[in-house]
Amino acid sequence: MTGSILDTIHINNYLILASFLFSVGVMGVLFRRNAIIVFMCIELMLNAVNLLLVAFSTMHSDPGGQVMVFFIMAVAAAEVAVGLAILVMIYRNIGNTDINFLDKLKG
Amino acid sequence: MNILIAITAVGVLAMLSEILNFRRFLYPISLFVMLVALALTGMEWSHGVRYFNDMLYMDNYAVVFTGIMVVTTLLWFMMNENFLNGNPRQADFTAIISFALGGAMVMAGFSDLIMLFLGVEILSISMYVLAASNKSEPRSNEAGFKYFLMGAFASGFLLFGIALVYGATGSFNLREISEFVSENNTDMSAIFYGGVLMIAAGLAFKVAAAPFHFWAPDVYEGSPTPFTAFMSTVVKTAAFAAFLRLFSTCFSEVSTWWSPVLAIMSALSMLVGSIMALRQTSLKRLLAWSGVANAGYMLMAVVSLNEYSDTALVLYAAAYSIASIGIFTLVSNMTNAGNEEISSLHGFSKVNRFPALVITVLMFSIAGIPPLAGFFGKYAIFAGALKDGFVWLAVVAVLSSAISVFYYLKVVVAMFQPAGREAVQLEFNPGQSLVLGLVLVLVVVLGLVPALITTLI
Repeated sequence: MTGSILDTIHINNYLILASFLFSVGVMGVLFRRNAIIVFMCIELMLNAVNLLLVAFSTMHSDPGGQVMVFFIMAVAAAEVAVGLAILVMIYRNIGNTDINFLDKLKG
Repeated sequence: MNILIAITAVGVLAMLSEILNFRRFLYPISLFVMLVALALTGMEWSHGVRYFNDMLYMDNYAVVFTGIMVVTTLLWFMMNENFLNGNPRQADFTAIISFALGGAMVMAGFSDLIMLFLGVEILSISMYVLAASNKSEPRSNEAGFKYFLMGAFASGFLLFGIALVYGATGSFNLREISEFVSENNTDMSAIFYGGVLMIAAGLAFKVAAAPFHFWAPDVYEGSPTPFTAFMSTVVKTAAFAAFLRLFSTCFSEVSTWWSPVLAIMSALSMLVGSIMALRQTSLKRLLAWSGVANAGYMLMAVVSLNEYSDTALVLYAAAYSIASIGIFTLVSNMTNAGNEEISSLHGFSKVNRFPALVITVLMFSIAGIPPLAGFFGKYAIFAGALKDGFVWLAVVAVLSSAISVFYYLKVVVAMFQPAGREAVQLEFNPGQSLVLGLVLVLVVVLGLVPALITTLI
């Protein structure tokens, strides 16, 4: 693979960056209490995957990974649309977006 | 790809019915098209066609699982006649359920990791909407939100795993991945193993196996009962179909590496599910925990990969789906009466003799008492684990199965007790009685002749 960007910046760097972004997302989902920020962290996880897929796609010179990225973007948009709709509904009912207030179901 | 077209056609027709004003015909139309989809599934059998440039492979495994899920959805439509007919949101529910079934079908037949991801998401996004569909009820909102959050989180793990496997093997296609793995199975790079484990974690979230089960009881309890019924049957079957398909075709060569992890998950699910189910007083929540325990049993089929694990899983999934649909007709009537406590069933058998009989048989089947379908499902799965050398796992499974008899029989005992003060009148409409009759026949017939379904694969 001559002249590829991966010659200048080795694939391991992409792997480390993507893993780092993914971990930031996971930590955010686990520890943040505001539902909107949790949503953003889930997006961060998905975008870390996108970055990784694009890097691997270049490494294998195979367009499949980039096609997958488009699918992930479309699905993530659909997912967030549904998630925000649910969140708006919750806000109308309990007037808050803090996930600690979601404690009606227990046992 | 006629099955997928037929299934999504129900959804499109449902949305058109609002515009063109034929909503009153929607229910019979959806029943009819589901029957058509079932016939199309039968026609697909033993042809093994690869669709969409080898993205979807309808082998017999996929056909049989699709058949189970279409039958379950048909029974679901029949049991929810009163819920759907006349409901101002009938069209929405019909559409979303049929899209979810489309996603489930894709999960059973995928032959490419992109398709796996799309199937999981089509199914999950539909279910998030349905779980939260009771807009004014905070419990339903909470269920929908928790399901969404956990589902999206799990999708992240699944995707990261897929990306790592793609990085290690250079392909999304199951055949190419499995060829690559069998050529280089001694020196696979570390990211491949990481990817396999992350895919396992993501799918374990979706099937609600411990330690990724904590969302399940809340979501099952908070969602409107018809959708809980769908979740615990079709969604669970689809997730396991995908789980076994992926791990048996692609990762079987490296099974020494992941099977101990899945074995621990499976043992944990069985124990946690059974022990927590013991202390539940609400039938809906009890079924949620029993779903966790059953996820553990079905995971055993994935752990002990051999040539029989797909037939064992098919038998178990069929028996479990059928029995669950029957039990959920009872739960949905209890929800309508406003009391989901097991104690409210006292005196039930006096008024409803036939439903009480059927529910008893179903509880026996799901608890694994011969000669019903559930027993042979459990037997096949336990035998598979023993054959593969997981003796300790089989011992845990038998123990947990013994515990499960307690809580399933608790429901049966409650039904046959004399009526107390808080007893509620439950009425089964003709559709639900028909479902109970069909389910009874299926459970008994599959118990007497399990070969009816196991020879199909």
